[in-house]
Amino acid sequence: MSNKLKKDFLNKPEANIVLYTKELSIGYSQKKQQKIIANHINLAIQKGRFVALLGKNGIGKSTLLRTLSKVQKPLGGSIELNQKSLIKYADKELATLLSLVLTERLPESQLTVIELVALGRQPYTNWIDKLSKTDLQKIIWAMEQTEVAHLKDHRFYELSDGQLQRVLIARALAQDTEIIILDEPTAHLDMHHTFKVFNLLKRLVDNTNKTIIISTHQVNLALELADELILMNEESVQSGTTEKLIEENILSTLFPKEIINFNKTLRQFSINKDN
Amino acid sequence: MLGILLIVLFAVNISLGSVSIPLKDIFSSIFGGQASKESWETIIINFRLPKALTAILVGSGLSICGLLMQTLFRNPLAGPFVLGISSGASLGVALLILGASLFGGVFVSLSYSSWALATAAFIGSALVLFAVLVAAKTVRNTMSILIIGLMFGSLTAAVISVLAYFSEAAQIQQYLFWSFGSLGNLSWNEITVFTSIYCIGMAAVFFIIKPLNSYLLGEQYAKSLGMNVKRVRLSILLITSLLTGVITAFSGPIAFIGLAVPHISKMIFNSSNHKILIPASAILGGIILLICDVIAQLPTSEFTLPINAITSLFGAPVVIWLLVRKKKIYV
Repeated sequence: MSNKLKKDFLNKPEANIVLYTKELSIGYSQKKQQKIIANHINLAIQKGRFVALLGKNGIGKSTLLRTLSKVQKPLGGSIELNQKSLIKYADKELATLLSLVLTERLPESQLTVIELVALGRQPYTNWIDKLSKTDLQKIIWAMEQTEVAHLKDHRFYELSDGQLQRVLIARALAQDTEIIILDEPTAHLDMHHTFKVFNLLKRLVDNTNKTIIISTHQVNLALELADELILMNEESVQSGTTEKLIEENILSTLFPKEIINFNKTLRQFSINKDN
Repeated sequence: MLGILLIVLFAVNISLGSVSIPLKDIFSSIFGGQASKESWETIIINFRLPKALTAILVGSGLSICGLLMQTLFRNPLAGPFVLGISSGASLGVALLILGASLFGGVFVSLSYSSWALATAAFIGSALVLFAVLVAAKTVRNTMSILIIGLMFGSLTAAVISVLAYFSEAAQIQQYLFWSFGSLGNLSWNEITVFTSIYCIGMAAVFFIIKPLNSYLLGEQYAKSLGMNVKRVRLSILLITSLLTGVITAFSGPIAFIGLAVPHISKMIFNSSNHKILIPASAILGGIILLICDVIAQLPTSEFTLPINAITSLFGAPVVIWLLVRKKKIYV
């Protein structure tokens, strides 16, 4: 592509879309039987946005994130990453574009914090995993961003949950990808550390133009900080900017109305006291 | 430092035995010179040197296999023994030796050739590995694969006892001697074959150090770091079966080294990084088996104890001591 063509292409709004799904349906297939968890998912996530995926327990948030990150196969529809079908990416190429922070506990080992963060450089290192100067710079940068540099020689099992979560985010940052997907990064954290993680993610989006997608139960925090929301309920998956979803009163579909109400003026969910 | 220790022990191992030979004479006969007594030279070149070499190959190979299994299955109890690969080799040998009295004919003449024993052991371990691989394809859960490996172990043990029940005392004795493990009795010809297969396996190990490290984070993270999980899993299983197969074939089922040595090196180096653990386990494995062999020979006596008894006598307390002291072991 010539430079001029490239410029024209980039100026189109769709060129800013990093992750795009069309009529995506997700779920599991077992012995020819399909268990569909959600379908008709149409997303268009733009570059440099902080996206929060909201929905109640067991609705399929993890399944959606796993499908978007190619851990799990979609049951139907298509996913495009940078205008290229996700299934066409080799694992190695995908590793330079998309990184993960999972909720599962890490298997026990004696890895130190810096070793763990350095593993994020594997997609770029040679066969014996030798770290170059650039690799080391990225590792140090990632640890500084997440404020874990002082912990670098600790074993990861010695850390508190809050510290460990920031180390895992540092690992994803060191991987130097356009997109970072985090599955409930604040699940085990107290309020202080939850705020800290959200702030960190928001700052990363603003400073580095990365796209960050998280699933979370911190609905009120997400409303405050996320640029875009993806809402999952039994009937549908809807997405849009936070403003638009508040304006159109779509947020109230997130939880059963008998118990929780969405207050548009306060921009917060609250318990329905009438019952 | 461990390397120097290995070389020193190598020399000490050669010097000790039913006849003690001074270190000076060992070096002179290895490096082409003359030993003070001609008989010493024969002992060194034809008996002691092959045995010490075998100890290093067996010790390091089994330790590496144990380390790979522990990482692959994320289970500190994994090892070539647990996965049933060693049992498979035992079954092959048992069929050959014990089957001789049942089926007669070719078996009888074959059962006295060390090459036939080696081949039988290798086929046995390869078959069990193949079964485990098939199981691994359908069963995703690594814990289940471990249990399947254990089941293969019990199955082969059962088949062996049935065979033993119908066999003659002489055959049972021959099988028992094989199952005690032995580092000696290898000709230079056999050592050459052993070494070349060993080198192929060990060379392959260096190519999977990087994926082994990302495996420490679990399969999902490893995949998200660009690792081809299926291919790495297959390579680990192939390397392990090749090394365990050839080791068991030539020296019998040596217990405990594969399980204990990786843990000892993890404790000493306080690390899970395979760049450190792989060379460390290989060297430590060699050192430990050399020590075990020295003990087994009961220096200056006529007797030699079975090496398997020594590795277990040595290995079990070490693991228990480490556990009690550190309270925790890591994958």
